[in-house]
Amino acid sequence: MNSHHFVFCDTSLHALPSGALWWPDAGLLCVSDLHLGKSERIARRGGALIPPYETTETLDRLQADLTATGAQTVICLGDSFDDLDAAQALPDSNRMQIARLQAGRDWIWIEGNHDPGPTGIGGSHRQNHSQGPLCFRHIATAGAQGEISGHYHPKTTLRLRGRTVIRPALLHDGRQMILPAYGLYTGGLRSSDPAFARILTGGPVTAILIGPTPCAIPLPH
Amino acid sequence: MDLPPIIDSWFSKRGWQVHPHQRAMLARADDPATLLIAPTGGGKTMAGFLPTLADLASDPRDGLHTLYVSPLKALAADIKRNLRGPVSDMGLPIRIEDRTGDTSATQKKRQRADPPHILLTTPESLALLISYEDAPRMFAGLQRIVIDEIHALAESKRGDQLMLALGRLQRLCPGLRRVGLSATVDDPQAIAHLMARHPDPCAILEADPGPAPDIAMLHTDAAPPWSGGGAAHAIPAVLDQIRAHRTTLIFHNTRAQAEIFFHNLWLANDDGLPIGIHHGSLDRQQRERVEAAMVRGDLRAIVCTGSLDLGIDWGDVDLVIQIGAPKNVKRLVQRIGRANHRYNAPSKALLVPANRFEVVECVAALQAVRDGTLDGDRRGPGPRDVLCQHILITAAAGPFDADALYAEITSVGAYATLSRAAFDDCLAFCATGGYALRAYDQWQRLKQQPDGQWALRDPRAAQRIRMNIGTIQDTDTLKVRLKRTRGGKPLGEIEEAFAASLSPGDTFLIGGQIVRYEGLRDMVVEVTRRADRKPKVATFMGTKFATSTQLCDRILGMLRADDWPDLPAHTRDWLHLQRRVSRLPRQGRLLIESFPHDGNEHACIYGFAGRNAQQTLGLLLTKRMEDLGLHPLGFVATDYATLIWGLDPITDPAPLFDITALRDGLDGWLAGNAVMKRTFRASATIAGLIERNTPSARKSGRQATFSSDILYDTLVKYDPDHLMLDITREEALRGLVDFGRIEEMAERIGSRIDLIRLDRVTPLAAPLFLEVGRVPIKGSAEDRLLAQETTRLMQSSGLDGLSG
Repeated sequence: MNSHHFVFCDTSLHALPSGALWWPDAGLLCVSDLHLGKSERIARRGGALIPPYETTETLDRLQADLTATGAQTVICLGDSFDDLDAAQALPDSNRMQIARLQAGRDWIWIEGNHDPGPTGIGGSHRQNHSQGPLCFRHIATAGAQGEISGHYHPKTTLRLRGRTVIRPALLHDGRQMILPAYGLYTGGLRSSDPAFARILTGGPVTAILIGPTPCAIPLPH
Repeated sequence: MDLPPIIDSWFSKRGWQVHPHQRAMLARADDPATLLIAPTGGGKTMAGFLPTLADLASDPRDGLHTLYVSPLKALAADIKRNLRGPVSDMGLPIRIEDRTGDTSATQKKRQRADPPHILLTTPESLALLISYEDAPRMFAGLQRIVIDEIHALAESKRGDQLMLALGRLQRLCPGLRRVGLSATVDDPQAIAHLMARHPDPCAILEADPGPAPDIAMLHTDAAPPWSGGGAAHAIPAVLDQIRAHRTTLIFHNTRAQAEIFFHNLWLANDDGLPIGIHHGSLDRQQRERVEAAMVRGDLRAIVCTGSLDLGIDWGDVDLVIQIGAPKNVKRLVQRIGRANHRYNAPSKALLVPANRFEVVECVAALQAVRDGTLDGDRRGPGPRDVLCQHILITAAAGPFDADALYAEITSVGAYATLSRAAFDDCLAFCATGGYALRAYDQWQRLKQQPDGQWALRDPRAAQRIRMNIGTIQDTDTLKVRLKRTRGGKPLGEIEEAFAASLSPGDTFLIGGQIVRYEGLRDMVVEVTRRADRKPKVATFMGTKFATSTQLCDRILGMLRADDWPDLPAHTRDWLHLQRRVSRLPRQGRLLIESFPHDGNEHACIYGFAGRNAQQTLGLLLTKRMEDLGLHPLGFVATDYATLIWGLDPITDPAPLFDITALRDGLDGWLAGNAVMKRTFRASATIAGLIERNTPSARKSGRQATFSSDILYDTLVKYDPDHLMLDITREEALRGLVDFGRIEEMAERIGSRIDLIRLDRVTPLAAPLFLEVGRVPIKGSAEDRLLAQETTRLMQSSGLDGLSG
């Protein structure tokens, strides 16, 4: 797998082509903003009936990452479900899929603004989780150290010889890190948005573009 | 019906005659459908309304009597002005109001409770009206519907939507009579078939077309360039023409070209002639200011695009200039009709070819106008994405019976051949999404009630459906504003993709001024004025028309001649040179030139199939070449040829052009193609699978949506037989892919392919090297470029030392 290796708060990490974060020394895989059950939620609210395959596809991708890394611990960094009702309404086939992924692993659901409570689907539920020099939570807090969060779905635009490439991106300033959304049906917020400049004040910001070959670029201010 | 004395005396007081076609319309007032074809300025609108005025003059009564639908809001407003005058002069107690996207909410509400006698509106506003539960009450008693500029509507999905709405109205008001007003068209019968209730007859009345237009090519001292569409060489000659006329309309095929030309025109406008610009991307206020100045006669010229195509009366235009090849003879004739609104005076027009090949195309178009042969592309059966939207609109108005709706829909000409199975598929799509995986049993959009009627499950859905009515597919655009402390002046809109390519400091043209991109704030592009720099040009997508089949044929016919006395010397010499060193393309044969140039092998394929088809041909051929190991590197397409470059020459073209193989290639190629994704986005939005507007998005203004490409890829992977993919394929084939014209070409040429090997670029192929829009053959190229670029960026910033 073409992962991008980098060091963050003295910790050796890998950004995977899928947008997951892999911490080999801890055997830990972190994914953010899965938004499982999004199509169901939109339909429930009287919206469009979009293709109901995103949960299966997202979980398949997660399965592939787990197989490739052999991770022992999985952290889902919040907004794992599009809302709590979506978690309840998850089809049996997807519940089985999750149960298979969880078997023999520590599984931590971090609460997000979309899923602020227990979902009744295996694993442990926490507001945040600390391990070694790193702290995992859904939404970044100002001035935190060694923090890994999600929520904003960052993406970055790059111009290459007249061609515009837009990719989901992992952003970090050496002190705080914001992961891209892992779920299939997720939009993005441009990394040029002022929201990121407000959070990432610890130093020069690096964006790791997610794609077949993840790669890092400095983010202009 | 006779003309009531009150109207008759109004005509005679002015010393006017009632035109024969106006009388004929009156005589046919009770026919279920009538199509009137008349030139602009021929009293066409009056002819459409005369039966209404006559009826209300002799039998005054309350309630909505006549609905008028036009493609443009501005046209509805214009007709309101032009109709209210005579009606008040005649002293008729007739209320005339318009209703468009610009009408205030209070006014709209009042119109639903207490409709005027004559309501002027657009297809989208009408679709919205029939989506309300009180539609039967509002339209009760409706007698007539007048559809203006129906030739323009008939070419697009807006027309299909309108006709579906008419099917609905006809059921509410069985006695409804339909009138279509059209400019000159090639096939009036086709429009009659679209507009009449199927299978009602529809009489076609043709007014006297007036004298033949005075139309010629503009003579310029400088020869036009080999490629491009700017026509900068013609600026001095165009200025001379503006000086020599009262008011000149200068038409362009794209908005970007209009902006560039306007900019150049002002740089050379030493006399400071008042010249304005008008196109669809400009802010409404800006457009209205230009329109008002024009009506007052304050402007000597207006640089414009198709937004001025339709029959609005802009005052005293005495010259129309068309910049660039007209691509389509019918549109050219309609544009020429914009000049000289006095009936019986010839309209005057000049064509300005923007490059050398367009000289040939313009001469061919001039011949076609003189011969009176117009072109038109057949439209297939009614598009199903519009049908899906109509089903949702029907549901928003209240529960419906599927059998009755099917009967109503097949009474619409374009949908007359729709099978029950196809209708049921669309209904299922609207109700459940129509997925192979039964996922939405609980949350169906439409549910069948115990009495068999279909109804919305969630009443909130009605609002969401109404918010997404319409078939006009603008790409997503962002507003452009001057940066100020408090909300600066709005200038217009640019495409989101173009905005995304801008960095602070970049300059571009909008509304004729150069502005500097400062940043994006709350989804508004903020700019400052800048006069000192060369602009980076705004790439407004606009519509890139393909040259019509008929015009392409005529050009091929012209190329067969021994000499071309009609052509200017520069173009004539060019064609003679081509004939000497290679040969000229011929009807019924396919010419391919093969030559080395600049280290690569090139093949130039003169298919004359129009831009979209030549583009598709480029994609298909390069894929076939890739399979055959010919290592293609890229291609570029114009209306008449495709130029492919690569590592190896084509030596045996026959297998490449095997139409069966091309068609097979199409299937595999289509699935992953950007054209398909763009078409999917458009069709899925129309069909209600993608909601452009949602109540929550409107509140937050934030982009909550994800790319439609993701939906497309998901469907292709998990549900390849889904209705939406079928619709997308059908729409792409008749739209951007234009495979029909490739098939026509293949049929025309059979095995008559002439491959000529040359040692250098030929005169006819040379301009293609200057064309923009070169398509690289995709592959791992993007990731390789990305890797190179990121390495460079990391090294130059010194950041590469920091990470692993």
